[in-house]
Amino acid sequence: MTMTTSLLTVAYIGAAILFILCLGGLSSQETSRRGNRYGMIGMAIAVLATIASAYVARSGLPYILVAMVIGAAIGLYAARIVQMTQMPELVALMHSLVGLAAMLVGYANFIDPAASAQLAPAENTIHEIEMYVGVLIGAVTFSGSLIAFGKLSAKISGKPVLLPARHWINLVGLIVVIAFGYRFVTIHDLQAQMVAMVVMTVVALLFGVHMVMAIGGADMPVVVSMLNSYSGWAAAATGFMLSNDLLIVTGALVGSSGAILSYIMCTAMNRNFISVIAGGFGADTSKPAAGSVTPAGDVHPITAAETADALRQARRVIIVPGYGMAVAQAQHTVYQITTALRERGIDVRFGIHPVAGRMPGHMNVLLAEAKVPYDIVFEMDEINEDFADTDVAMVIGANDIVNPAAQEDPTSPIAGMPVLEVWKARLCVVMKRSMASGYAGIDNPLFYKDNTRMLFGDAKKMLDEVLVALKAG
Amino acid sequence: MSLLIGVPKETYPGEKRVATVPDVVEKLVKQGFRVAVESTAGDGAQISDDAYRAAGAEVIADRAALWGSADIVFKVRAPSDDEIALMREGQMLVSFIWPAQNPQLMQALAARKATVLAMDSVPRISRAQKMDALSSMANIAGYRAVVEAAHAFGRFFTGSITAAGKVPPAKVFVIGAGVAGLAAIGAASSLGAIVRANDTRPEVADQVKSMGGEFVPVPYEEEGSGVGGYAKVMSEGFQNAQRQVFAQQARDADIVITTALIPGRPAPKLITADMVKSMRQGSVIVDLAAEQGGNCELTVPGEIVVRNGVTIIGYTDLPSRLARQASTLYATNLLRLVDDLVKTKSIDADAVDVDMNDEVLRGTTVIDKGEVTWPPPAPRPAAAPAPAKPAPAVSAPPKPKAHGEPSGPMSPGKSAIVFGGGAVLFLIVGFFAPRSFLEHFTVFVLACFVGYMVVWNVKPALHTPLMSVTNAVSSIIALGALVQIAPEVANASASMSRPTEWIRWLSVVALALVAINMFGGFAVTQRMLQMFRK
Repeated sequence: MTMTTSLLTVAYIGAAILFILCLGGLSSQETSRRGNRYGMIGMAIAVLATIASAYVARSGLPYILVAMVIGAAIGLYAARIVQMTQMPELVALMHSLVGLAAMLVGYANFIDPAASAQLAPAENTIHEIEMYVGVLIGAVTFSGSLIAFGKLSAKISGKPVLLPARHWINLVGLIVVIAFGYRFVTIHDLQAQMVAMVVMTVVALLFGVHMVMAIGGADMPVVVSMLNSYSGWAAAATGFMLSNDLLIVTGALVGSSGAILSYIMCTAMNRNFISVIAGGFGADTSKPAAGSVTPAGDVHPITAAETADALRQARRVIIVPGYGMAVAQAQHTVYQITTALRERGIDVRFGIHPVAGRMPGHMNVLLAEAKVPYDIVFEMDEINEDFADTDVAMVIGANDIVNPAAQEDPTSPIAGMPVLEVWKARLCVVMKRSMASGYAGIDNPLFYKDNTRMLFGDAKKMLDEVLVALKAG
Repeated sequence: MSLLIGVPKETYPGEKRVATVPDVVEKLVKQGFRVAVESTAGDGAQISDDAYRAAGAEVIADRAALWGSADIVFKVRAPSDDEIALMREGQMLVSFIWPAQNPQLMQALAARKATVLAMDSVPRISRAQKMDALSSMANIAGYRAVVEAAHAFGRFFTGSITAAGKVPPAKVFVIGAGVAGLAAIGAASSLGAIVRANDTRPEVADQVKSMGGEFVPVPYEEEGSGVGGYAKVMSEGFQNAQRQVFAQQARDADIVITTALIPGRPAPKLITADMVKSMRQGSVIVDLAAEQGGNCELTVPGEIVVRNGVTIIGYTDLPSRLARQASTLYATNLLRLVDDLVKTKSIDADAVDVDMNDEVLRGTTVIDKGEVTWPPPAPRPAAAPAPAKPAPAVSAPPKPKAHGEPSGPMSPGKSAIVFGGGAVLFLIVGFFAPRSFLEHFTVFVLACFVGYMVVWNVKPALHTPLMSVTNAVSSIIALGALVQIAPEVANASASMSRPTEWIRWLSVVALALVAINMFGGFAVTQRMLQMFRK
């Protein structure tokens, strides 16, 4: 039994609708699980309908089955064992898979003479452009995501690598790609076309590496989301190549939503999207804010027991988690402290900066994992005005997102970035491993404020001590 | 040999404050200074010589000896002529100076080749807040103003209904919501009074509310806009409107506290004799600007007078009337200044040499080794926006735009470019592209918009699951691999040269990779979402 083309089209429309509902559902907690299920159903419909259609001969079924089973096994295993703190790495790695797949599909289509046999000349040109662009985006996504994965998992240094004349290198790469693209479309010799395709692929791969290498660790959330968008565009390009509307729709959905997400994040950091992509956060800091507002005053250390005392006497507490909490896996202890404080009738809330952690929403996921109810977790805009009315603000392994220099020092590289105003609280306890600066590589005047106390040490260990002291008291 | 900090007894008549307190002495000694305090210096602030001794200070009875031996002198009030005569060359003096109002004093000090740090000249930037003695004193003055008013006012502040009859709450009107004004609002409202306040800066309304007061705006914008002779008329019109508001509030209020000051200029006359006349018998006016001539026309600086049954308090020494608190805060401000001096190596083991590259110290130092360095060069424009307004207060930074809020409309020029560019692009596509492409293109463009609309309002908390689910959805590229694994090839001639095996295996590998993403992506998203709970 094979499905007719009309049936297939209808199935594709259904899948497209389900994908839209899926993304829409993900915009609030209540509907998110249903949204994810819509996505699964949509995907199942799309895949099964395609397999049942006239495009797939019976002889292909074994191959499909084997490939799917292997992939599914690996994917499900990875999803089960991954630590929530490693989510950013996993997502980046998965993007690279989509990129690589897009590349392979493009090549397969390219070497298939049947794919373009019945096309008119104009259509053929367009088809060639589509192939070329599809492979190009796929290659950039692939290598860029791999580097992002390396940076996020600290296999590669998070520091931006800035080659001299890097913009010129990119420009030359672009010219090469366009020149060979023109050649690819105009000549009709398979061998010569193959050369053009391979050269372009190599350039695209190098470009992906170069692009992400130049972006500092602090901007990784934007990069991950941008690569997410790329993987969508790669799918859309493949859809054009294969004249498959579902691929186009879904690719465009993913592509545009990823782009919007990147844009939202850039706004949250008050950074220009172009300058993030062009790379070099921290490059501006090589000439530090030459003493214009060098932090003054001493650092006041505090012990875990004193922190517990301060928390016990407080009426309102706001906890501001950062990447340090993720690294130390301290979210469960944070939850226990929260529970202990709430039992005492102390109002505990969480303030989350939009770019805390290494991926958008990273902190929310970790807190959710630790069973922190999401109605006491607030966004920066919702909670920022409340710090003045707060007794203790507890900063756990965050740095740049609570840096007052963003508001006070116009020469600071993060000037103008919205930050959580923890220093307005009566007491601000900052948990940190050392006085080292954050990802942006700049000093933080918060640590020198009179109402700031520094609790040095591994966040998990220190919080455990605070918890013990809290329960003892 | 460590440096000696000398703290003489204040000589100004009625001044009860003292420039250091035992707690601070202890910290100074810990930093390696020696501290000498003149005998009975702390009497006014209820601090005994013994308390100073216990903290590690030396108590010296001979004033001349104290001035003669100290390397650094801490004072509250600017030195008198007698005191200047006691100074020695190279000595450092830290106190209030008011260089703009006291040119002769500046000359005399410069003649002594002294280094003088004026606590009234500390730049008002956030880094220097910890040494901002003006704010400390203003805070005390505001509080004390309410206490003085309560003392002179013949009624309760809180309204209550008792067996002996109903007591109406006192109504307090505060003019100027700077540090002093806000302190007064807070003190009065915590005593139970109904507090209203006005300030020429409408942006302080929130601060007034946060202290428990009600902000009374001057309804001016509605009136004189668009009239010629803009600036002048504007300010006159504003003043008229302001006077009306004040007149109305004065009639209604039991207590008026005025704190309007313009640095370096006589205080503006805001409460006229007529307004005083309109007030109820037994009302009280506390004029915190008395030293600069007063905000009320009938104020007598330094005294309490009763006019038309209204008590007008013109004390110029309100901080000194809370001497112990004022001394503690002032001494702590000085300690913070010393911290900075030590950190910048302005005070070394045995030498004083102020680091004039430090913005705060540069602004505070009005005489450097006999050389007048006041006024300081204008601060770097962006670093300290300090417009001369009456009663300065910390202004809130502009609120960053909330995520998800629609961004402001594009400028017309910009949107014209965007739409123009889009139109040209579409024209090109329409001109050259074949029909089949256009169909796909339509779908593509519409889908982009759907994606944009759907995602725009996502909560930041869900960014990670959203990204992970879109990643899973991008596995749709599996279709691309599926259709190439074993197509039913219609065209037999093409199938001859078709590298079937190559295509198949490329597709199989692609499919396997995508399947990892597909199953893994959805599974991990589900795992994440299950964790979100209320």
